[in-house]
Amino acid sequence: MDIIIEGIKQALSLLISLDPEVMGITWLSLKVSGTATLISLFIGIGIGTAVALTSFPGRQIVVSLINTGMALPPVVVGLFVTIFLWRNGPFGALEILYTPMAIIIAQTIIATPIVMGITLAAMQQLPRKLRLQILALGATRFQMVWLLIKEAKLSLMAAVMAGFGGVISEVGASIMVGGNIKGYTRVLTTATVMETSKGNFDVAIALGVILLLFAFAINLVLTRVQQRERPR
Amino acid sequence: MKRLTSLTCYYYLIFTLLILVGVNTVNAAPAQPKQKNIILATTTSTQDTGLLDVLIPIFEKKTGYFVKTIAVGSGQAMTMGAKGEADVLLVHSQAAEKKFMTDGNGVNRRLVMHNDFIIVGPPSDPATIRQSKKAAEGFKKISMTKALFVSRGDNSGTNAKENEVWKAAGIQPEGQKWYQQTGLGMGQTLGVTAEKKGYTLADRGTYLAMKKNLGLDILLEGDGVLLNIYHVIEVNHAKWPKVNAAGAKAFADFMISKQTQATIKTFGIEKFGSPLFFPDAEKKIEDLGK
Repeated sequence: MDIIIEGIKQALSLLISLDPEVMGITWLSLKVSGTATLISLFIGIGIGTAVALTSFPGRQIVVSLINTGMALPPVVVGLFVTIFLWRNGPFGALEILYTPMAIIIAQTIIATPIVMGITLAAMQQLPRKLRLQILALGATRFQMVWLLIKEAKLSLMAAVMAGFGGVISEVGASIMVGGNIKGYTRVLTTATVMETSKGNFDVAIALGVILLLFAFAINLVLTRVQQRERPR
Repeated sequence: MKRLTSLTCYYYLIFTLLILVGVNTVNAAPAQPKQKNIILATTTSTQDTGLLDVLIPIFEKKTGYFVKTIAVGSGQAMTMGAKGEADVLLVHSQAAEKKFMTDGNGVNRRLVMHNDFIIVGPPSDPATIRQSKKAAEGFKKISMTKALFVSRGDNSGTNAKENEVWKAAGIQPEGQKWYQQTGLGMGQTLGVTAEKKGYTLADRGTYLAMKKNLGLDILLEGDGVLLNIYHVIEVNHAKWPKVNAAGAKAFADFMISKQTQATIKTFGIEKFGSPLFFPDAEKKIEDLGK
């Protein structure tokens, strides 16, 4: 138990002293996971809405695939991305393995199905008649979709939070495609794994506490946006 | 409607910020000329002891190269080398290294340093291996008393050495109840061993670095077969044209340079009371440990 208290103390002292290495790692984690979440929002909300509002043969299979994708194991994603990005692999010429870009790609692949699945559920929950009503009022198709997205905003913000939460806490893919390179691709989760394997449990706990603090701060902002227009 | 508009603006602000940040990341990453990057595939022990954290900044400052250290087991490090996915290896798995060289995957394999493997276990030593001098004898006793043995089981250099000792002892431990494989790095395996009060084979460096949290004693050491020898190998540029041959050579030369060897010699004394590695550049393998 002492070690946990020690870890929390250390987390605070690292934060207060603005330890440059820890700040760098934290900033990189936020940048990488933030970017990945953002990209996954465009793809996830786009495709999720499209699938929710249309019907086509094999739709159930597509929906099942999206829902399965929400459970994609990060290590498996990491493994595939690594193989694709190898120097001598199909995208080797890009030379992005072991860079922050590689982590963004892997995390985008992890977050997209999460955002997509929640979007899908959210859009399907909207009353069907709403669409007809909007169209009857003379809205174009694009305006109709936009209004529906606004209508589902509460759930879509939940999708953002779930997507971001999925990738900021993920370690398997980041360590594989990023390599945990000091000062370059070392993020909070990979640093925690490394410090644990070094036996520096107090530092590992400190990093974990910092991760939670930042995740909390970001979710607080997102929740404020979400709850501002809560139907009463 | 006004509220909605301000909300939309807010979204756009967040999104734009995030995009800027993202673009920034992407641009900052490959700013280095591509031949400046060296991928060093190495063992977890060199990272877990903190040795590379000391050496690599010196190398980068001196030469301008950027080293991407990928710390995995020796087995995986050599697989990466054999696929041309690494430029230079720092590994400790003799037999596998020799095969790596005869397969033409590497050029210029050079001796860097050594320490030794030790058998650690609970201070109570239920298998009484403390009295043994030979590693194989100790392993035999562990198997006879069915005391728990925790193996890395990850094809690392340490794991390869462990298998070698089991073979010498004439024992096939796999599948036995008292034999458990973690598939983890040395640090984590030591943690598991301590928690379960078992025995394991560890490199001295990682053990010393973690000793404070473990409660495991060194029970058997000093047997000649337990030498843990690190070599630096440049991956064959002729076989894999994308390999950064100049960078690999620069790093290998750096590892055996006088200054680096002096750093290795004193590394760890201050923190752990004894050196973790012994520098061996220019020495012959047969002379080690004497």
